[in-house]
Amino acid sequence: MNERARLLLELADDELVVGWRDSEWTGIAPTLEEDVAFSSIAQNEIGHARAAYELAARELDTTADALAFDRAPGEYLCTPLVQLRLLDWARAIARRYLYEQLDRARIETLKRSDDPEIAALAAKIDREEAYHRIHAELWAERLRGEPRFEQALEELRPYVDAERGATPAFAELWNEMTSVRRSAPGAEW
Amino acid sequence: MVTADQVWAALDELPDPEIPVISLVELGVVRDVRIEGARVSVTLTPTFLGCPALDAMQRALESKLAELGAEPVVEIDRGDGWTTDSITPAGREKLRAAGFAPPTPREASAPHLLQLQAKTFRCPYCGSAETRLENLFGPTPCRSIRYCEGCRQPFEQFKTI
Repeated sequence: MNERARLLLELADDELVVGWRDSEWTGIAPTLEEDVAFSSIAQNEIGHARAAYELAARELDTTADALAFDRAPGEYLCTPLVQLRLLDWARAIARRYLYEQLDRARIETLKRSDDPEIAALAAKIDREEAYHRIHAELWAERLRGEPRFEQALEELRPYVDAERGATPAFAELWNEMTSVRRSAPGAEW
Repeated sequence: MVTADQVWAALDELPDPEIPVISLVELGVVRDVRIEGARVSVTLTPTFLGCPALDAMQRALESKLAELGAEPVVEIDRGDGWTTDSITPAGREKLRAAGFAPPTPREASAPHLLQLQAKTFRCPYCGSAETRLENLFGPTPCRSIRYCEGCRQPFEQFKTI
């Protein structure tokens, strides 16, 4: 796989998986506003994943859906931070906060890419991410100094720089994420 | 053979699937009408990348072009083509009249919290600027929820992107 495809897949896999994990709060978030917020953020992240998969698919002569859902677990390139199932509010917010920092640094770099398609996609994503950052920062401000939140940040920080690729937490997620497509191989969705 | 003006006029009849008071042309998502013989190509730019209405918009554009007797080609450009500044003045007025506060103009820097808390957002119902941010996120990716202290109504505010 060439450098360009790898870069796009890293971005797309992160956004797909973080979107999937954030969407696990749909219907059970602590307030209605946060139910709407997490669902909307998840929808945006999966939209970013789709756009990046579309570009990667042209590079690799396949389709966005095949890249998102037909690869073996070991082929995904997402950061371990997004793979964890975190149905605890302090940890979910800690992840949102850390992920937005990681994503912001990456998007800033990609916006300056010499590759016009990648730079344009990064600029588009950045417009939407401004709202995710405000959300993450508001919550981090609100929870700062709370022992559970500080502990969650400490627990999750090492994952930010961890090596990309499937961890044990990914196996179950992969199973859920791909089960529908595996149930009917080759079907037109 | 159709002319570009005829194509634009026909596409201006297509409503946005989620907010049907505004047309796809007024929303600014239709770009670049190109006519080559029988083939008419248009470029469609998503509002938000995760907007689920994109496929419906693409199909609507294709059928409208086919109705004109053209061989339709609708390409999706997920680059940085569309911003909320692409909505036409007529489109903005229609949004406001239907109770959706149109997006404020995009500034040089990205939106930030202080700006969203400032008294620059007017209620689409009563015009008061005494409104506050209730939720950054709303029923679709493109909208936030605000509350008007003037007429005591919640309303939907288009996010500026």
